[in-house]
Amino acid sequence: MLTKRIIPCLDIKNGRTVKGVNFVDLRDAGDPVELAAKYAETGADELVFLDISATEERRKTLADLVLRVAEKINIPFTVGGGISSVEDVDVLLQNGADKVSINSSAVKNPQLINDLAAKFGSQCVVVAIDAKQIEGKWTVHLVGGKVPTELDLFEWAKEVEQRGAGEILFTSMDHDGTKNGFADEALAKLSTMLNIPIIASGGAGTMQHFTDTFKNGKSDAALAASVFHFHEIDIPELKQVLKKNNIPVRI
Amino acid sequence: MKLVIINYGAGNIQSIKFAFERLGVHAILSDDADVIKAADKVIFPGVGEASSAMAKLKATGLDKVIPTLKQPVLGICLGMQLMCNHSTEGDTTGLGIFDVDVVKFSNKVKVPQIGWNEIESLKTPLFKDIPEHSFMYLVHSFYAPKCDAMIASTNYEVDYASALQKDNFYGVQFHPEKSGKVGQEILKNFCQL
Repeated sequence: MLTKRIIPCLDIKNGRTVKGVNFVDLRDAGDPVELAAKYAETGADELVFLDISATEERRKTLADLVLRVAEKINIPFTVGGGISSVEDVDVLLQNGADKVSINSSAVKNPQLINDLAAKFGSQCVVVAIDAKQIEGKWTVHLVGGKVPTELDLFEWAKEVEQRGAGEILFTSMDHDGTKNGFADEALAKLSTMLNIPIIASGGAGTMQHFTDTFKNGKSDAALAASVFHFHEIDIPELKQVLKKNNIPVRI
Repeated sequence: MKLVIINYGAGNIQSIKFAFERLGVHAILSDDADVIKAADKVIFPGVGEASSAMAKLKATGLDKVIPTLKQPVLGICLGMQLMCNHSTEGDTTGLGIFDVDVVKFSNKVKVPQIGWNEIESLKTPLFKDIPEHSFMYLVHSFYAPKCDAMIASTNYEVDYASALQKDNFYGVQFHPEKSGKVGQEILKNFCQL
């Protein structure tokens, strides 16, 4: 049986891992490759590297990092952050990334989704969507949730699927950082409406939240950062709990 | 041992190269028919869309070379699918090594299948010492149905062939290079065929 995936997310700044709560108080947390290797050994099913640096050299730094990760890590990984062209993606995939995640650039230029799917295949195109509820309507936001758009989450998700995305990574800004659980109602709606896998993000605080998002949120995968980085939840124990709750996991 | 990865512009070959390096095997990337023919082992990778990958293969003339190879050949993911008779993806005629037609999952399940799934009914030395129900990483929308050449099966909507074998040709739908320690063991077994 296809198992549900647990995905730690590593924030990368200038080639180093950073840890912080809600992007505040960023601390250097060492070499991303070493941290990634630890996660791979302890049962992470996949990894996401999100580049949050804003320097001129970021493209090259990220491409170098991808190569170093591919050399050491024997599980799949996705790279995101500032990717805006077919050329950007070409370099990252050639260096060994399995998938790329695009967010703002997809909203600004939706044709990019079609172009990436046609050139590299849908399986490597993850579209990340950040949204929060404004007067009851799930509204897509850009720039890490700072800038609202006119787009409705569900309409945009549908369009993203039709354009050829292979997966959607949905982050609820309302839940992110709260540790009160994932946005399971919206996730379940996405998962039922669409026929591509949905990755839940934002709100993980307890192991129960993971059970809930797989059961009630119908999520195919769950992503989290701080609960894993600060060892509030360790993946081997989490997977045992999920298994006890009859959720198919790889152990 | 000389291991060659066929480099025809369709596939995440860097990851495969690194996976062999972790096993201490230096892999050569090549699209040269003579280099490929002279190899002890050949890897036929593939990621992306079937008809465009096949077009790239034809452009290099390698579509004629691969079926004539005598040494162990391992097709991975789309590489395995292209070794079959036909794929409904882009209505693509394959290399005809495995006598089976590749078809698409229906919309009763999420497509693509992405993630870790079990392999079972394992046959041939490719799976020597690999436990039944081991988890492998898969990413695909099309699959080879059960057939005589099946040497591993996986369930997603249906039981399908997640690995195939005929004579010196092997194919795996999953990505051993991304499937942790067990995937690495399978690549090691291939090196020892």
